Amino acid sequence: MKMSYFPGCTLKNKATDLDVYARLSAEALDIMLEEIENWQCCGGMFTSSNDEVATKLSSVRVLNSAFKKGQDLVTVCSACHNVVKQTNNAMQTDSEFASKVNNYMGEDKYEGQTKIYHYLEMLRDVVGFEKIKEKVVNPLKGKKIGAYYGCLLLRPSKVMAMDNPENPTILEDFIRAIGAEPVIYAQRNECCGGYVTLESPNSAKKQSNRVLENAKANGAELIITACPLCLYNLKKSGANIPVVYFTELLAEALGLKEQTND
Amino acid sequence: MTNKYSVEEIIKRSGANPLKCMKCGKCSATCPAYDEMEYHPHQFVSMIADGDIEALVKSDSIYRCLSCFACVERCPRGVEPAKLIEALKLEVIRKKGQNYLTPNDIPNMLNEDLPQQAIVSAFRKYTK
Repeated sequence: MKMSYFPGCTLKNKATDLDVYARLSAEALDIMLEEIENWQCCGGMFTSSNDEVATKLSSVRVLNSAFKKGQDLVTVCSACHNVVKQTNNAMQTDSEFASKVNNYMGEDKYEGQTKIYHYLEMLRDVVGFEKIKEKVVNPLKGKKIGAYYGCLLLRPSKVMAMDNPENPTILEDFIRAIGAEPVIYAQRNECCGGYVTLESPNSAKKQSNRVLENAKANGAELIITACPLCLYNLKKSGANIPVVYFTELLAEALGLKEQTND
Repeated sequence: MTNKYSVEEIIKRSGANPLKCMKCGKCSATCPAYDEMEYHPHQFVSMIADGDIEALVKSDSIYRCLSCFACVERCPRGVEPAKLIEALKLEVIRKKGQNYLTPNDIPNMLNEDLPQQAIVSAFRKYTK
């Protein structure tokens, strides 16, 4: 099956692991990810105000590229997913906004038709966790893993609609599918400190530390995330626990990780 | 002051309605940046509802919001405080010379692990 793929800026640079392992694993699961041509950065954060138009055009162009190919769109970075999905929702529900956007689009009018999957949703809804279990050759047996959702995957839940925003299970189901044991902890859907880390690193450090100490207290040995900024903040928090992208563990469980080391 | 801030514009742009607030304080209780703020989310809502935003527009509190949407998700009345804060912040940074972050600030903030996402996100929130 072919799907359009929007990696986003950070996956081409500091978060290449998130991207490389996502592509490799998708291929092994019979999904061909076709990268959108000439995509631009989504901007990292959705601006909720309804008179912000130009800042959302790059997302609309990505959505429209997938639409024109007749494909569903896959994202893997939590931030890209949040921005693109909220933009699509605005195109569907706010006609004044949509008409302003389409004034920039020339002949390429767009009305919010594209279906967007976060990579995790693709695993759950397109591939199926059962099929992943069958394809696992290197189950991560006995590994206690804390899923870190953060904020962008889940909220606002009316729009993101990925999972229950207060008691999500998609990452825990993923952890079970690769043969490991999920650790549930209260702070898994609280913010890591986000972009505030740029001008107020200590504030972000405090938020991230609170998350990780809570995960450790519940027995987690390893944390997984889908977001490059979460990964950065969690790693800088001073809490002594490894943090990796979920795609890396997927590739490891599927026996693909060795292939990338040459 | 030559800058004039319009509360009406802020509310309209946000798409939120501060008058729905029943003052339960849940937004502030769940805010991960509460300790960093001089004015807290429930105060943002009531000050905007009262049209009394002079102190807010001058406060650094508007840059402490993480846009994590915990307050939006958990408000029992659907008030959406983060959207009000964002609309108010835009009202400030859209005025000439009032960007909170400029490209000249960036070199001193860099380190080799910092993801591009941090920089583009901060610009989206702090700069017009």
